[in-house]
Amino acid sequence: MSDTQPRVAFEQLADGLHARLSGLWTAENLAEPEHWDALHAELGKLSKEWRNWQWDLRAMDRMDHLGAQLLWNAWRRQWPDHLQVHPGQRAMLERVAQFSSVLLPRRPQTAWGMFLRLGAVVARVEEHVVGAVRLLGQLLLDAIKLASAPRAGPWRDVSGHLYGVGATALPITALVGFLIGVVLAYLMMQQLRQFGADAFIVNILGVALIRELGPVLAAILIAGRSGSAITAQIGVMRVTEELDAMKVMGIPKGFRLVLPRAMAMAVAMPLLAVWTTLAALLGGMLASDLVMGLTPAYFVTALAKAVQVSNLWLAVGKSTVFGLMIALISCHYGLRIKPNTQSLGEGTTASVVTSITMVIVVDALFAVVFKDVGI
Amino acid sequence: MSPHAGPLYGSLPPSGEGAPDLPGRGADLPWGGPAAGRLSTPPPIVEISGLWSGFSAGGVETLIHKDLNLSIAQGELLSIVGGSGSGKTVLLRQILGLETPMRGSITVLGRPAEELTRAGAASRVGMLFQHGALYSAFTVLENIAFPLRELKVLPEDLVRDAVMVKLQMVGLDPAHALKMPADLSGGMIKRVALARALIMDPPLLLLDEPTAGLDPDRSDAFCALVRSLHRELGLTVVMVTHDLDTIYEISTRVAVVADKHVIVDAPPREVIAFDHPFVRDFFLGGRGLRAMELLRLHPQDV
Repeated sequence: MSDTQPRVAFEQLADGLHARLSGLWTAENLAEPEHWDALHAELGKLSKEWRNWQWDLRAMDRMDHLGAQLLWNAWRRQWPDHLQVHPGQRAMLERVAQFSSVLLPRRPQTAWGMFLRLGAVVARVEEHVVGAVRLLGQLLLDAIKLASAPRAGPWRDVSGHLYGVGATALPITALVGFLIGVVLAYLMMQQLRQFGADAFIVNILGVALIRELGPVLAAILIAGRSGSAITAQIGVMRVTEELDAMKVMGIPKGFRLVLPRAMAMAVAMPLLAVWTTLAALLGGMLASDLVMGLTPAYFVTALAKAVQVSNLWLAVGKSTVFGLMIALISCHYGLRIKPNTQSLGEGTTASVVTSITMVIVVDALFAVVFKDVGI
Repeated sequence: MSPHAGPLYGSLPPSGEGAPDLPGRGADLPWGGPAAGRLSTPPPIVEISGLWSGFSAGGVETLIHKDLNLSIAQGELLSIVGGSGSGKTVLLRQILGLETPMRGSITVLGRPAEELTRAGAASRVGMLFQHGALYSAFTVLENIAFPLRELKVLPEDLVRDAVMVKLQMVGLDPAHALKMPADLSGGMIKRVALARALIMDPPLLLLDEPTAGLDPDRSDAFCALVRSLHRELGLTVVMVTHDLDTIYEISTRVAVVADKHVIVDAPPREVIAFDHPFVRDFFLGGRGLRAMELLRLHPQDV
């Protein structure tokens, strides 16, 4: 190991100070921490007279461009007056000398530059809004087009997405819904028991799950599961130029990519919300039976009295809006992805975060607007 | 390849310490090339023997290589030629240690190929992927600097200087250093990828279809670049290509892969004379005859 260590040895001879370089001056060898520290200290000690010294590189085992660069920088980017090298070494040093004189263009930080960056942020927000409005408008136009010529619709795509978004999501939504039902039932029962109002568990679970938790849980799960998939799918199509290929063939991407996904989501989302609600109610029912001895028969009959049917319609309507929204947001971000991997990752993250946030915002709006319905 | 016969430059003091007096060790070393030492016949850089490889798709076993042998000596510019699906790229990936053969051994720089991808691989081998394989989240500068920065020791200004040298060596303007790969043209991506492959000055350079997708002008420039790098750095270059011009322009040797093994492995002129249906179709078809003009233009000068 010490054999290949890059060194500079100084020796005082009659004709001046000799600097003899030896060892393996290659990137990998120089980057050994102990080699680097020793050599860096050695080269850092060069006094002002270094140009007059006799530099001898011929004893080096090998030098690569990085070694040459290191030496050239130590020489403060100037040639020493006395240099003994092999022609190959000289060629390498000359190349380094020729090319490393260029300084990297630097962009200075100015107030004007910061102002321009602020402008870029505003422009990006505007672009997002315009893009979203355009996407929504295009979806509306495509829906009209579909209504006027239903036979030409992308029905095969719709059914495919319906399966992907809806059917394959059944197990996970059922599991999550069931467990949430169990958890809620247990928590509520502790509280209700203090008031001796055990039987009201049906009212609380019924309203909370059917009206709020079922649709929101399903929407959040689907936003994470299918929203990210839609964004990544469309994003990869951008990266691999498939979107351009579609455009060249005259196939409108709104009609073939956005519309089927939006339709599938709008159909699947309310069904999934009902499914999640049912699973949650089942969980709550079982928990009530186990802990408080409320029989399932009583639970079902009490549920019908406690929860008005309008709650169910509200939940289904809300879910349809959630589904459309998730589809549109995912497509919006998917279509904005630039052909590189970082943009793909950022776009997918942004899509999921935006979808989930919007689901909760819209849910709050629904809660305020429909506060007199079904309660 | 190592031009050591030339006169010594620099202001030599007449102190009797010239090159001839040095112990032989320095004099016959290929500077910037692999430290092959004093051996009269250096060991081959790549040694493939008894290679069998194949893959199964849909339950059907397909054999690509059957008892393939190939040896690549130091300082060679070898082109691997073969029809589509003859397993050239697979061979390249096996040399790199990215894929493991079914049977047989591949030795690269004296070590088994599987060990090549261990830490520090960038200093042993450089690979130019067909589509560049630049890290799209990094700028050009960060892409080229990546192997050096991963060493975690070298200071940032030294790394940046080294990158700028490599960038200009492959003929790119320093102004491109801060661009993202997505903003580069195909030819520029190949150059940046070459600069990245060369950043640690590895002794072995592998090129996968280096001129595919480049216009004739660019691919000529690329060939000239590879030739000059080969000459100056003493690289061993192995490339897979379909481009006859490239083959004639830069290779010192051509290995033809057909019938699941290397049918001929010789300088271009001898390969053309070899009697085999694939060689006839490939080299002596219409395109082949046109490209052969290059052989007359570049007589044996690589």
